[in-house]
Amino acid sequence: MKHVEEYRDPALARALAEALAAEAPAGRRLRLMEFCGGHTHVLARHGVGALLPSSVEMVHGPGCPVCVLPIGHIDQAIALARDHGAVVCTYGDTMRVPASGGMSLQQARAEGADVRVIGSPADALRLARAQPGREVVLFAIGFETTTPPTALALQAAAARDIANFSVLCCHVLTPPAIAHVVRASREPGGAAAPLDGLIGPGHVAVVTGAAPFDRLAGDLRIPIAVAGFEPLDLLQAVRVLLRLIAEGRAGSVNAYPRAVSASGNRRAQALVDEVLEPRETFEWRGLGALPRSALRPREAYASHDAERRFGLPCHAVPDPPACRCAAVLRGVETPAQCRLFGTACTPAHPIGPCMVSAEGACAAHHARGVRSTRAEGPGERVAPLTRLDGVAPMNWPDGAAPLTWPDGVAS
Amino acid sequence: MSWSDGLPPLDLRRGRVQLGHGSGGRLARQLVEQLFLPALHNPALAALDDGAVLAAPAAPAGQRLVLATDGHVVEPLFFPGGDIGSLAVHGTVNDVAMMGATPLALTASFVLEEGFALADLRRVVGSMGQAARAVGVPVVAGDTKVVQRGKGDGVFIATTGLGTLPDGRTLSAARVRAGDVLLLSGPIGRHGAAILSRRESLGFDTELVSDTAPLHGLTAGLLAAIPEGAVRALRDPTRGGLAALLHEFARAAQVGIEIDEAAVPVPAPVRAACEWLGLEPMQLASEGVLVAAVSPEHADTALHALRAHPLGRDAARIGHAIRDPDRFVQMRTALGAMRLVDWPAAEALPRIC
Repeated sequence: MKHVEEYRDPALARALAEALAAEAPAGRRLRLMEFCGGHTHVLARHGVGALLPSSVEMVHGPGCPVCVLPIGHIDQAIALARDHGAVVCTYGDTMRVPASGGMSLQQARAEGADVRVIGSPADALRLARAQPGREVVLFAIGFETTTPPTALALQAAAARDIANFSVLCCHVLTPPAIAHVVRASREPGGAAAPLDGLIGPGHVAVVTGAAPFDRLAGDLRIPIAVAGFEPLDLLQAVRVLLRLIAEGRAGSVNAYPRAVSASGNRRAQALVDEVLEPRETFEWRGLGALPRSALRPREAYASHDAERRFGLPCHAVPDPPACRCAAVLRGVETPAQCRLFGTACTPAHPIGPCMVSAEGACAAHHARGVRSTRAEGPGERVAPLTRLDGVAPMNWPDGAAPLTWPDGVAS
Repeated sequence: MSWSDGLPPLDLRRGRVQLGHGSGGRLARQLVEQLFLPALHNPALAALDDGAVLAAPAAPAGQRLVLATDGHVVEPLFFPGGDIGSLAVHGTVNDVAMMGATPLALTASFVLEEGFALADLRRVVGSMGQAARAVGVPVVAGDTKVVQRGKGDGVFIATTGLGTLPDGRTLSAARVRAGDVLLLSGPIGRHGAAILSRRESLGFDTELVSDTAPLHGLTAGLLAAIPEGAVRALRDPTRGGLAALLHEFARAAQVGIEIDEAAVPVPAPVRAACEWLGLEPMQLASEGVLVAAVSPEHADTALHALRAHPLGRDAARIGHAIRDPDRFVQMRTALGAMRLVDWPAAEALPRIC
């Protein structure tokens, strides 16, 4: 498949891995966070971790939309479907996130609520037009990547006066979350060492452009490599970070230039800005309340804002006891440090949100064969990761590569 | 002289299933006579007795019977490459064939929803009859019930298959041993992806068609090619896909399994659909391929035998069973790393982004 296979080329991956092994600083452990759950998934799915030098530790970030969604908002969606008789439309992952009282959208559906899995907000809008007598609510979650389609649906609903369509808007913003986890990792007496570098979310940057990550890198004094979602993209991004760290540069590099420009998708940005506004504050799962970190419909779209339309309160709901998702989301603990991991909490029966989505850190670790180090019974068992056995060292970048070395980094 | 005399003929163009079609009265009889019998015709069914009488399987002595049953609730009912009728025949024939048995006869029980178009029902039953004739396995007994509108989804079909198993042959997932080689008869995921492409909420354009096909010819060729006992187990990766199948083998046989991602054939459109929807090809259903666990010394011959059959042209050696008390199912990724193959908890749901 074009634009996919070439970025999964095993020979190039091995070449990049050799280069990484040669360039990794001796005697120093590096903690690099991949912010985005999509990157976490790719690391696990392709086994990219096995190609990284042993001195590089990948820390999974909070960029998994269902993982950071507070229970209170899932409760709202369930209430809309059960108590208000609304058709609730949402993305597949959201269905299984545990809510209050052993409920989930999936469970609510089994008990008779009308909950539908959609591929795009346009599907929800279509449904609302087809059934004008019913309230149709789009339970919209996600970062900047999935926000423009929601804004487009709101705009269309207002323009065509589709009165029975509304949005339960839980869209969140990347920069405040990145700033929070980077600062949290530096707090004295923290459970883990500070982060040394960050792999920035490529899909988000397609919309926002690379520029916000330049500002973040400067403000936070941390190297950032904005990366794509194929194995070679991730290896390349790690290499960029190693160089930035070696040079002591707290800058950001666009390592995904085939999709990300400096300014991003301006039409999408303008659309989002017209329809949505920042909330004063938003309670993230794991990260707590972060100011101006989430969006809601502007006043002009208030009649299509499910929270205002139905007068829905959002109650803060504590995480399940013993669940360590909050610490995992901040990158200060690994999934294996949770007592529930792989025992009470599994992908088949998730307790915390990080076990639900394939993008969640716990699900990704579980898929790799990591077992709890805290649970009683057999200790950690990790599926054996082979490290480049039998591969001759190759010179990089001679004779390579469909990869272009990103601007601004000397090769 | 028919029991449905006195009723106007069934309107097979615009008519709809009525509750009375499941009543046991004249309407029900008319549906059987005018819709089911012409499509599925065979002497055992035509007798319309309470059961079908079949000739006992001929010698050799010691031959045993295999019985398998299957429910079909597919949505949509008609999909690229097949429909619920042909799928019901193939699925049940394949269940019997995976036991190493020769399928003899099928039964089918229909649960119809009031209001279901008779034209669609005729299409489904016609396709079922056509598939049964092509396979050479008749539908010898049947039943029809009707549920109120809203209490069904058009049509549900439950089928049972009967087959004969030669003496001395026992295929079972529990017989897989460490060292056994796993062969896959063809590309995976075509049925699952074709169905997804037609789901109302996810519809997308693709040239994909379901791979639904009867596999008894393929299994017969394979079993004849290598000594009795060398094929430990056969299974088709239907719901849950290849991932679930491998976990079932590992569980039943108390072994670990290692497969090679690069060796598993995945058609480009299936791969594309999975990339788009955030699904794993390993978890998508196939309805026309099988996995054979065979003893290592006969693996090459077995692979040739599979490839000699039109449905096994793309057969591949995908991995093997290993000793592993944890019964892990692991995959060597294209990048050379090992990772666990996830056993999906429930239906595959598309990821958000």
